[in-house]
Amino acid sequence: MVFNNPLSSLFGKSPISPLQSHMTVVVSCTELLCDFVTAAIAADWQQASNVFDRMSELEHEADAMKRKLRLHLPKSLFMPIDRTDLLNMLSQQDRIANRSKDIAGLMLGRKMVIPQGLEQPMIEFVSASVEACRQAHKAINELDELLEVGFIGKEVDFVENLIRELDALEDRTDQLEQEIRHSLFEQEKNLPPIDAMFLYQVIDIIGEVADLSQSVGGKLQLLLAR
Amino acid sequence: MTLFAEYGQILIILACVFGVFMAWGVGANDVANAMGTSVGSRALSVKQAIFIAMIFEFAGAYLAGGEVTETIRKGIIDPAVMAGQPELLVFGMISALLAAGTWLLLASIMGWPVSTTHSIVGAIVGFASVGISASAVDWDKVGSIVASWVVSPLLAGALSYMLFRSVQRLILTQDDPFMRAKKIIPFYMFAVGFLIAMVTMLKGLKHVFKDVGIHLSFGQCTLIALVIGLAVMALGTVLLSRVKPDLEAERVNRFANVERVFAILMVFTACAMAFAHGSNDVANAVGPLAAVVNVVKSGAVEAKSTMPHWILLLGGVGIVLGLATYGFKVMGTVGKKITELTPSRGFAAELGAAATVVLASGTGLPISTTHTLVGAVLGVGLARGIAALNLRIIGTIFMSWLVTLPAGAGLAILFFYFFKGLFS
Repeated sequence: MVFNNPLSSLFGKSPISPLQSHMTVVVSCTELLCDFVTAAIAADWQQASNVFDRMSELEHEADAMKRKLRLHLPKSLFMPIDRTDLLNMLSQQDRIANRSKDIAGLMLGRKMVIPQGLEQPMIEFVSASVEACRQAHKAINELDELLEVGFIGKEVDFVENLIRELDALEDRTDQLEQEIRHSLFEQEKNLPPIDAMFLYQVIDIIGEVADLSQSVGGKLQLLLAR
Repeated sequence: MTLFAEYGQILIILACVFGVFMAWGVGANDVANAMGTSVGSRALSVKQAIFIAMIFEFAGAYLAGGEVTETIRKGIIDPAVMAGQPELLVFGMISALLAAGTWLLLASIMGWPVSTTHSIVGAIVGFASVGISASAVDWDKVGSIVASWVVSPLLAGALSYMLFRSVQRLILTQDDPFMRAKKIIPFYMFAVGFLIAMVTMLKGLKHVFKDVGIHLSFGQCTLIALVIGLAVMALGTVLLSRVKPDLEAERVNRFANVERVFAILMVFTACAMAFAHGSNDVANAVGPLAAVVNVVKSGAVEAKSTMPHWILLLGGVGIVLGLATYGFKVMGTVGKKITELTPSRGFAAELGAAATVVLASGTGLPISTTHTLVGAVLGVGLARGIAALNLRIIGTIFMSWLVTLPAGAGLAILFFYFFKGLFS
């Protein structure tokens, strides 16, 4: 006998753990940026290329997970969190991985040389961006606990604290970005103009990774506010 | 009645066979829904669930199944209209059993969601209104039954919503939810014990007490129920004290250990659910059977006849048989699909549904346990307690009503004329 049981078909698949797994993959992709930049500064392009390949793989994996989750979220699903917010959060998460890969791709393609004196600030800046992404992951990882308590009480305060810390981390990357831009501005006349242009662009995208991480936190806050 | 003298034995045997078949269907199919929530949340293994279901379905059927059986037996059809033609009632009830059983089997094979309650009510209304006359049906009663089908999921939803809200406030949002759970949960256990004991004494055992000459006032019943509630609470406290926090599980989810405490509570609510289900759904099978036996034995339709107890017993046996032969399989399937339901939610849904069903059993209203449980789960969902619920199922349930009522009725009419032609 085949049973189309009303009770078992009542339960849809929870989007929360796929969303968290997606973010885990995104973070592991972004974290590789540190390795990549270190290799690039050392002009070890073989190693850099290896890291880039791994980042590509992870980015593809995140893409596939994103697509799968989207397909499993029909409109008829009744969830404690808004479907639109959830999907926005997902695409925001996905863009973090995309942009991280873009940074590595751009630097690898041009065999970009970081000007003297900028190496250390650059590593610091990238680390700060990655840190923001990790913090966003930490907040997303609280979603299952939030569901457990039904999105009220102390757990909400706890997550809001995490988001506040995330905002602070993003502020710090903004500050580092300003400093690094200023240093670059002082040297740009001595650099080939095209190289300088692309350097500015890479710095821009590294900042964007932190921005996107912050906006993932912002979306999470929207979910809580409902 | 020469017909009953000649064929009485055969008619009773037929009714028994069809009645047990219906009860088997209830046990094989419906019980899985009642217990699936406990299996799905991993509070119980399938084996444990079957064990609990066998005991408490049987207890529910035997101790508190009387009122709904009365409704099915003589509430839907007006006995006064039937007094002159008792054989038609016998043919009708046998047809209704056969029709509902056939329809359930067919629907199960095709994978359509149907309710035993709706099939049998549709079948009885069908044969009575077409085969006899529209005035043979007590339409007021039918109206209130249909209304209860809408009200019961809503009520269960409201109860479960409030139960889950109380769990949030009292336990989940507190500083040490694990310790709070151990402190608060015994009170929910008390409620379970009190509720079941109260309904059993007020409604179910009324007849048994009358037979042995015991009369208990409402106050005495309350007192006994209080004592039973406290006993359940004490048993629960002992079980709860054995739950030690598992630090390994806590690393993955900070509430893993709280859920383990709720899993103990779910054993109790599962008992209540099985009891409630037995008290309401066994009537679908034994109600028509009781009507047949009564009429054949006395040769007339009597409004004041009492029901022999072996009939409820037979229904209980049928349910247990269904469970043992097929129910475990269905339960496993249902349980596997509802793993998203954790014990803290499962308990709220089960208790809300069980309370509603037991209440309906006490008032003699045949309702669908499955639909009530669906309403209860949606109630927990409204309290933002469940990750994803498929709302399309509500439409499916309404569709199954629209199809099941006429299908049960149509088949019953067909069988009714068949039996009428066969025996006369």
